[in-house]
Amino acid sequence: MLFTPSNKKVLALVDCNSFYCSCERLFAPHLEKKPVVVLSNNDGCVVSRTDEAKALGIPMGIPYFKIRDFVKKHQVAVFSSNYALYGDISARIMKVLSQFTPEIEVYSIDEAFLDLTGFSNLQEYGLKIREMVKKLIGIPVSIGMAPTKVLAKVANRIAKKKNGHGGIFDLNDPQTQDSVLETIDVQDIWGIGYKSAEKLNRIKIKTAKDLRDANEHTIQKLLTVVGRRIVRELRGELCLPLELLRKDRKQIVCGRGFGKPVFELEEIKEALANYVTLAAERLRKQKSVCGTVQVILHTNPFKNTTQYFNQASITLLTGTSSTNTLIRAASMGLERIYQQGFEYKKVGVILINLCPANRNQMDLLSYRSISSSDSCMEAIDKINARMGRNALKFGACGTNDDWKMLAKLKSRCYTTKWNEILAV
Amino acid sequence: MGVVLKLKPQKLLNIQLPLFSSSVAAGFPSPAEDYIEGSLDLNEHLIKHPAATFFVKVSGDSMVGAGIFDGDLLVVDRALEAKNDSIVLAVVNGEFTVKRLRKIKNKITLLPENPKHRPIEITDGMDFTVWGVVAHVIHTLK
Repeated sequence: MLFTPSNKKVLALVDCNSFYCSCERLFAPHLEKKPVVVLSNNDGCVVSRTDEAKALGIPMGIPYFKIRDFVKKHQVAVFSSNYALYGDISARIMKVLSQFTPEIEVYSIDEAFLDLTGFSNLQEYGLKIREMVKKLIGIPVSIGMAPTKVLAKVANRIAKKKNGHGGIFDLNDPQTQDSVLETIDVQDIWGIGYKSAEKLNRIKIKTAKDLRDANEHTIQKLLTVVGRRIVRELRGELCLPLELLRKDRKQIVCGRGFGKPVFELEEIKEALANYVTLAAERLRKQKSVCGTVQVILHTNPFKNTTQYFNQASITLLTGTSSTNTLIRAASMGLERIYQQGFEYKKVGVILINLCPANRNQMDLLSYRSISSSDSCMEAIDKINARMGRNALKFGACGTNDDWKMLAKLKSRCYTTKWNEILAV
Repeated sequence: MGVVLKLKPQKLLNIQLPLFSSSVAAGFPSPAEDYIEGSLDLNEHLIKHPAATFFVKVSGDSMVGAGIFDGDLLVVDRALEAKNDSIVLAVVNGEFTVKRLRKIKNKITLLPENPKHRPIEITDGMDFTVWGVVAHVIHTLK
């Protein structure tokens, strides 16, 4: 065929290489070519590794305490996660990427799908994108190009493997797809989890090519319509179009582990109130209200102590985004499940049953209190936007920070706090 | 915290009023009214490429001759091309430094602007990159 059919899309997945580590390196250039890892919240597990750290055999997700001696011996640079920094760098990268095409889906903090349909000389365009992000922001990216998202993910995987692809891989050609899909295990396909892979292996589907050529109906029976979509995407039929607008979240989760074990109800309540405050801010930002507040509380499952895990849901009379109402509901839920004597590790809040604020079902009797609370929240949000987060907060949040999480190895907020900018 | 929020009296009915673009005549209108163009934004003046711009604080006196003093704030733009004589934020063997870039043929030298400091000649074995170009210095007068 001389021309590619007009309904074929060209999607590019741009993925930052070892994103968190690359952000750390940007402001610590002496770590270039050295092994670097970044830990999850509370300095728990390894969540990002540079190639040098991978070469040392440090696995993804390994708990930090297991490699503490190893990293010292091999002079691996270790950082606590610094989400203020990563978020800012990510936003800059997305801004640069959106100059290359108007159709972009920000998929995660370090990945974006770009629609490059109609662009000629893809390899060259890809190289240009890569060079621009490296020059303007200083972060290396890999780009995989293909007619569907699932194939673009595969292409990106190959672009990342160093062997001479220059960080870009074009998987638009059906013959290339044939030879590449043969080398990809089903569990490495986007959307195929560990359990699904096991099911597929049982019916002798081992590679991405096997899955692509499998009977759609068989796969649907095994993995529901989600699996069927993956089969179609592997065949080059677009089933998962770009989501250009960020959809409002269906639920808002906020909670973290405590830096040290916590026993007392009052202390847990304060931590919870802080998380509710954060969650409520996010809720108001997307102009939604929440109808149900869920609280989770548990001990440390990795520790050899008596375990406790519980959750409570409080349903509100009418949807609200007001911090004080949500704190009250969450505290009620917490009191219901808290039991004395356990060594607690984590408390969190999940706001569910969300709906747009302008479609909120009002309570016949409480109209007045809602409108006054709305203007109060608006005032608080404005003050905090101007004077810094938590300039104004509810008394329930307390002034005691004992429960705060561990971040002993955190770098500075180079791009978001004046007193932490780079000094040279 | 001793902050008291005073809120407006409650509105009993939430009636939306249309916003008219022209104002009602009451007293004499300001003769400048037709000429107001919005206010000046310093960001607009100092930051040409927001995504590629970073702020950096100076420590040390190696660039005083160029008007860059200890404690000054630099606006560093990674989108600008580093030319001969540009003041750059460079990385030499893994360390940051602010210097004037001298490019003659293939030879690169980083020049301080203070006789107390020595030029840094970039030789083959050295790791050298330009991190960004210093676009502005913000110096606070005490």
